[in-house]
Amino acid sequence: MSDDLQDLYQEVILDHNKRPRNRGRLDHATCDAEGYNPLCGDHVHVYLQVEDGRVTDIRFEGSGCAISTASASMMTESVKGKTLEEAKELFRSFHAFVTRDKVETDLGNGLGKLEVFSGVCQYPARVKCATLAWHTVQAALENRTDNVSTE
Amino acid sequence: MSTIVTAMESTRDHTASAGYDVQRIRADFPILSRRVNGKPLVYLDNAATTQKPLAVMDAISRYYRQDNANIHRGVHELSVRATEAYEAARTRVQQFLGAARPEEIVFVRGATEGINLVAQSYGRPRLQQGDEVLITTMEHHSNIVPWQMVCEQTGARLRVVPISDAGEIDLDEYAALLGPRTRIVAVTHVSNALGTMNPVWAMIDLAHRQGAVVLVDGAQAVAHVSVDVAKLDCDFYVFSGHKIYGPTGVGVLYGRKELLDAMPPYQGGGDMIRSVSFEKTTYGDVPYKFEAGTPNISGGIGLAAALEYVQRIGLEAIAAWEHDLLAYATAALTAMPQVRIFGTAREKASVLSFVVEGVHPHDVGTILDREGIAVRAGHHCAQPVMQRFGVPATARASFGLYNTREEVDALVAAVRRVIEVFN
Repeated sequence: MSDDLQDLYQEVILDHNKRPRNRGRLDHATCDAEGYNPLCGDHVHVYLQVEDGRVTDIRFEGSGCAISTASASMMTESVKGKTLEEAKELFRSFHAFVTRDKVETDLGNGLGKLEVFSGVCQYPARVKCATLAWHTVQAALENRTDNVSTE
Repeated sequence: MSTIVTAMESTRDHTASAGYDVQRIRADFPILSRRVNGKPLVYLDNAATTQKPLAVMDAISRYYRQDNANIHRGVHELSVRATEAYEAARTRVQQFLGAARPEEIVFVRGATEGINLVAQSYGRPRLQQGDEVLITTMEHHSNIVPWQMVCEQTGARLRVVPISDAGEIDLDEYAALLGPRTRIVAVTHVSNALGTMNPVWAMIDLAHRQGAVVLVDGAQAVAHVSVDVAKLDCDFYVFSGHKIYGPTGVGVLYGRKELLDAMPPYQGGGDMIRSVSFEKTTYGDVPYKFEAGTPNISGGIGLAAALEYVQRIGLEAIAAWEHDLLAYATAALTAMPQVRIFGTAREKASVLSFVVEGVHPHDVGTILDREGIAVRAGHHCAQPVMQRFGVPATARASFGLYNTREEVDALVAAVRRVIEVFN
């Protein structure tokens, strides 16, 4: 495999693609959202259980490429247990990380395992695959906030 | 028997390489010598758009350098020259399609606009509640959505001909769906997602017996098979310039003159009128009443150069060459147990759609891209075809007149790499 191909398809990504974590429906979800990429047909449905401002459980369903499947799987692992504010901050950092101009730019600090997506920024056509699940979880959390504010 | 099928059969007996100088052809396409991701470009996305030969670029450049002016207006020299070149392009298209008269050739932006024009100008005034428009499962979205829109506007019903596991239309099933309420049949000549070449001659004949008119979507056909609209006896035929080595933004609607004459204009504006006053405007004759506004003049001229280029090589020779590539690639991918091919019709052109087991087509596309190989990965704007075969997407290699067996070898090697990476 050429180096940058190896950067994109790191072992961890291939593993999460083959064995996605937290896959399936969450029957007692407090909020959920669907994300769809009409250009390539990738689809993800994220379910969350939020208690006292903290994500206590999260699952996803959907179909897509290795990057989007692995990203959804790893997103659920990262977001589980976080407060809503922490989850949103993680989304912002991750988004900045995969859309940065240069691989060298050191933005990955604090992302931990999610840094395996460092190669994605070299593939502009694939950035949306990596961010789909994140945009979707963001939408789910924002809807919940809306519900709360109207009550 | 269809003339087109007969033509294809006759090319089968040729030795594809005899007299076909692919290296000389490749030299006409400057882009083919560039590198992508450090590898020589292997361009196998011809069903999306084709590359352009120097002859096309030169014709467009020459027009802008020497003759640029608006057409059908000025008395000055350049306007006369531009008008002559644009109308000569129309005559070139007429001859290319075997149409009876140049007025039957309407320049549009592409096949999509041609279909929309027919749906709105032919279909909308005529279709009534209970009438039927018949399409097939293998249509591109551009030959589905315009008909859905006109059906919604008129209360007509859209009906769909099924396809077999091989991706073929069963003529008996098609005939059973044709009825006295069928007003329009719209069918693709060659499927962009499966490569199936449909028996359009037989389909047109059957539709005419029921009194329906037929539009053939030739977007994927004209670069790969010789088309004669008179022999086909079709009512409307559309294609896009950019899929036959011409520029983007120009395409062709062929329509039988008596049908075009009876249709209202599609858009209003300059160049499509005979006289305008605030009380009453009278429209120009065909084809001008369908060509409102300053058209894509350089596009028409570039398209004519592309058709001339293709005709110089000869569509029979091109079909034979591409058929050899398709058969060679199909055999190589079929031999790989992890690869599944979609579209195994007996008559095919150019297109090889496939999936690699357990690997999403986008990942296939990315890995191929790293090897300099351009293919399409996705639903190919034919989601009903994907649903028919139960996949969200496929990878698609599509061949053009400049592709080689060595490029097929590169494709096969890259698909092996895909399997390595994901296993």
